[in-house]
Amino acid sequence: MKERLQALQQEALAKVKEATTLDELQSIRVSYLGKKGPITEVLRGMGKLSPEERPVIGELANKVRETIANQLDEKKQQLEKLALDKKLEAETIDVTLPGRPVAVGGPHLLTHIVEEIEDLFIGMGFEVREGPEVETDYYNFEALNLPKDHPARDMQDSFYVTEELLLRTHTSPVQARTMGEYKGNKSVKMICPGKVYRRDTDDATHSHQFTQVEGLYVDKDVRMSDLKGVLNQFAKQFFGEEREIRLRPSFFPFTEPSVEMDISCKVCHGEGCSVCKGTGWIEILGGGMVHPRVLEMAGYDPKEYSGFAFGMGPERIAMLKYGVDDIRHFYTNDLRFLKQYHKA
Amino acid sequence: MLVSLNWLKNYVDLQGSTPEQLADKITKTGIEVESIEYIAKKIVNVVVGYVESCEQHPNADKLNLCQVNVGEETLQIVCGAPNIAQGQKVAVAKPGAVLPGDFKIKQAKLRGVESNGMICSLQELGVEEKYVPKDVADGIFVFPSDAEVGTNVSELLNLEDAILELGLTPNRSDALSMLGVAYEVAAILDVPVQLPDTSMETSPVKANDKVAVQVDAPELNPYYGAFLVENIQVGPSPLWMRNYLMAAGVRPINNVVDITNYVLLEYGQPLHAFDFDKFASNQVVVRRAKKDETMITLDDETRTLTPDQLVITNGSEPTALAGVMGAANSEVSETTTTVLLEAAYFDPKMVRISSKAHGLRSESSVRFEKGVDPNRVHQAGLRACQLLHTYANGTVLSEPAIFDQLDKSEKQVTITTERLNARLGTTLEDNEVSVILKKLGFNYEQKDDAFVVTIPTRRQDIQMFEDMLEEVARIYGYDFLPYTLPQGAAQAGGLTKHQALKRYVKNYFESAGLMEAITYSLTTTERATMLVSPEIEQEAVNPIRLSMPMTEEHSTLRLSILPEMLASLSYNVARKQMNLGYYELGTVFISTEKQVTKQPKEKLRAAAALTGEWLTHPWQQEKKQADFFLIKGILEGLFAKLNVEASFEATKIAGMHPGRTALVKVNDITIGFIGQVHPQLQQSFDLKDTFVFDIDLDYILVHFENEPSFAKIPRFPTVSRDIALEVADEVAAGDIQKTIEDNAGKLLKDVTIFDLYQGEHLEEGKKSIAFRLLYFDPERTLTDDEVETSYQSILHVVKEQHQAVLRG
Repeated sequence: MKERLQALQQEALAKVKEATTLDELQSIRVSYLGKKGPITEVLRGMGKLSPEERPVIGELANKVRETIANQLDEKKQQLEKLALDKKLEAETIDVTLPGRPVAVGGPHLLTHIVEEIEDLFIGMGFEVREGPEVETDYYNFEALNLPKDHPARDMQDSFYVTEELLLRTHTSPVQARTMGEYKGNKSVKMICPGKVYRRDTDDATHSHQFTQVEGLYVDKDVRMSDLKGVLNQFAKQFFGEEREIRLRPSFFPFTEPSVEMDISCKVCHGEGCSVCKGTGWIEILGGGMVHPRVLEMAGYDPKEYSGFAFGMGPERIAMLKYGVDDIRHFYTNDLRFLKQYHKA
Repeated sequence: MLVSLNWLKNYVDLQGSTPEQLADKITKTGIEVESIEYIAKKIVNVVVGYVESCEQHPNADKLNLCQVNVGEETLQIVCGAPNIAQGQKVAVAKPGAVLPGDFKIKQAKLRGVESNGMICSLQELGVEEKYVPKDVADGIFVFPSDAEVGTNVSELLNLEDAILELGLTPNRSDALSMLGVAYEVAAILDVPVQLPDTSMETSPVKANDKVAVQVDAPELNPYYGAFLVENIQVGPSPLWMRNYLMAAGVRPINNVVDITNYVLLEYGQPLHAFDFDKFASNQVVVRRAKKDETMITLDDETRTLTPDQLVITNGSEPTALAGVMGAANSEVSETTTTVLLEAAYFDPKMVRISSKAHGLRSESSVRFEKGVDPNRVHQAGLRACQLLHTYANGTVLSEPAIFDQLDKSEKQVTITTERLNARLGTTLEDNEVSVILKKLGFNYEQKDDAFVVTIPTRRQDIQMFEDMLEEVARIYGYDFLPYTLPQGAAQAGGLTKHQALKRYVKNYFESAGLMEAITYSLTTTERATMLVSPEIEQEAVNPIRLSMPMTEEHSTLRLSILPEMLASLSYNVARKQMNLGYYELGTVFISTEKQVTKQPKEKLRAAAALTGEWLTHPWQQEKKQADFFLIKGILEGLFAKLNVEASFEATKIAGMHPGRTALVKVNDITIGFIGQVHPQLQQSFDLKDTFVFDIDLDYILVHFENEPSFAKIPRFPTVSRDIALEVADEVAAGDIQKTIEDNAGKLLKDVTIFDLYQGEHLEEGKKSIAFRLLYFDPERTLTDDEVETSYQSILHVVKEQHQAVLRG
């Protein structure tokens, strides 16, 4: 009986080894390990054996059964893996073909610049304020120390709607409005981005509509050196740590002293080249210490409070930072232009 | 302001600075030097020559053959200038000379005759055409007879002068004169200013015996000086003066006119010279013009005047429009022998109004408008008399006739070093402040710890402490201010909720594949009323038109973003960029008045437009045209993000496709619209099918937010049931959906439409819509019976309300 079992095992394992399909394995399993299979038959005839032989043969039979079953499982796994490999092989694609495009939009370059400026100043504790684009003559001019017959009004010819209403020529009225709202007894630290309008004929460097970001800080004991420090921090963060700034005296009716800020040319680092027209510096923004009359009109006592203000043009900054060569690009919405400035 | 450095050197020692070094210092200290120009750099071999003989060229009618003595030799030169003549002293470019424009002079044969050089015009020597005196504009330049033969002309004609162009800000009108610039440069270089010497010999005859001055409007003319100079010989002014005038951008005319211009540039004080014989009266009467009074000005224009303008008269008729332009009747000419010279102070505002009214802005009016230095008016008159004496042989009468109520006092401003430091962030010492004041040429007195500074009247821009702060800071140098950060209490900066949501909305649109556009707020009147959302149309009486638009194209404030956005799409399509999806967040301007008097309402709108193919996939042949449901999906996505429950209701709007347009409603209020642009309007923009929406973003941002709230994750399963209903074509799916939602009971969690069928298997005029119903109870598992009951009641109600039957 023992020999019979060993012969069965040998015979079954040989068949497993030869099997090439899962079906073959299944029939081997049924024919050797099934209820009607030869091993079951052997076990059934055990009654004829002596009590000493019975456990020995029983153990052997179970071992044979187990060995065959293990081999069957192992072979099954092998065949399954082969089948999978074959299937996957058949599924091969050309991975170099282009992907299915997803619609990708993006912000306008001006928005990109304005938000970057906003975020830098927010980091320095500034709030962001907005105001109307159709402004009163009072807030646009008078509250900013530009009375009706002031010659400096010539500097910014404006689009009037009525004698008292006009399209704002700068975002400074938002500063006057905010100071008015704070009623002269609270510090103001704000920037105001927005659209502004001037009577200019559109060409490569002029646009009747453009963007401005202005900033204002009013508090007790604000110094001109604070203006220099804050603008320096902004310039380094926005344009790069290696850039230097320089302030030059200038004139605006709403600031005294007034300044213009240049940054060192990124091409020549101050040596002078064609980009900076030989000066080594590029003009970026204007600003100054808030004029005492502006403070006064907004209800702040200029003896107690002082402040600084500045304003810059995102179009100009974009033109400098990215080399945009025509201001009209910002308003024609040419897809080829807009696509260049995606935030990735 | 054009500043000739050679001229400037007469008043201030430039300490050997190169023009570039000086320009850099001036710019850094406060006046921007916009450019440095040279008339002609390094002209050599061009000398003064004496025309010994001048005969007609043997072979050419229009050419002359000249023998010109240039000092060490006599050259034969062929010259074509019409004004060449024997006995002249002229500029001769000898062979080897190089003229501006890299023009090399060589020996040549002209019509068979040898020519050894060229006789030059001023233009050929680099002087700009418009500054060349008219008498030599069409020919060669002729030197005065005292010019020395053989002298280099560069020096004689001031050709190597550097000219700085100053970009003056409105406050620095003090630098509209050579003396003003001299004071500025003196402060920068810390050197003294040398004023011109105005001493002269005068006649014992008194001017005020021959002419009287009467001012009827002293508020507009607080000072009027009438100087008389007799025995004038009108002729060319000295060469040096002509050179300086040309360098300053003024064309020389004759000695009398040149002298008034020269003093205007030197002192910043405009003067006017009348021909006293033509003046035809012995009194000057200054008065306001009468209404509709007329006069003929020097440019031969008839001017109609108003009482806010001032005229100089001879007692009966105007002889000058004060501060702006003289009259033709008393103009100085070649035959003038007696000059009545006016040196006056006119009210800046009056001159501004007058020059603006007549469109006449001149070197004079510009200076009067800014306010001239009260202490220089009389000085300038004296200087002009002195020059007329010296260069026009004039006899200056003593004691000019003067009307004087002018305030010539100097202002005082008190500063302290402590306050300067507190505002500048510096650590200046008293002695540093006094050094700066001395450089500026400002007198001061030290009282305790304060400086009481006397501001010279030339600096009328300095009125208060802050103005002095700027003076001190700029002379100290902005470069030397420290960098500090504000000392005030730290504040938390940030965006408001509204601002943050705005960015969120932008990011959403961009993630949905739209590009941000920025269009103009000003549009045409036609476009301003195009594609206006019904709720705005209802509120806005008229679009707001500018009172004086520059062009019709940008004349009116928009009521909708869409028209200009369509124009942007059109621009791109014309450039073969056919597939476009744009959005814009922007303001529209709503006035509820017929005649605008108040600020309009400004509303933030969100608009989008889509056209062309969307999500194409070339190698898989997938192509999907943008359509209504794409743009609606984008808008619904936004609403989902912001927890907005919106409904869409078919509508008709001018300019929109009548069958493909819907109102967008939130809380039963119309907040905008969505749909396809009307094919005719599309065509007018050269667009194919284009889909748009325009909604009131302010409303959304005020009423909704993207704040998430936690809802328990369901522990019990949901049960779904599908239902396909057959209804008439005209029944709106949204209406059926709403009926289901309203009648299914509280167990119904959601209804979605998952299929729409119209076609051969249905009766004509019918469609089949399939809904998926989702049931759910957070507390327990639902039974089939409960769901079935709801399902049956839905079938019942849709049949009743929409004649919808279950599709078999």
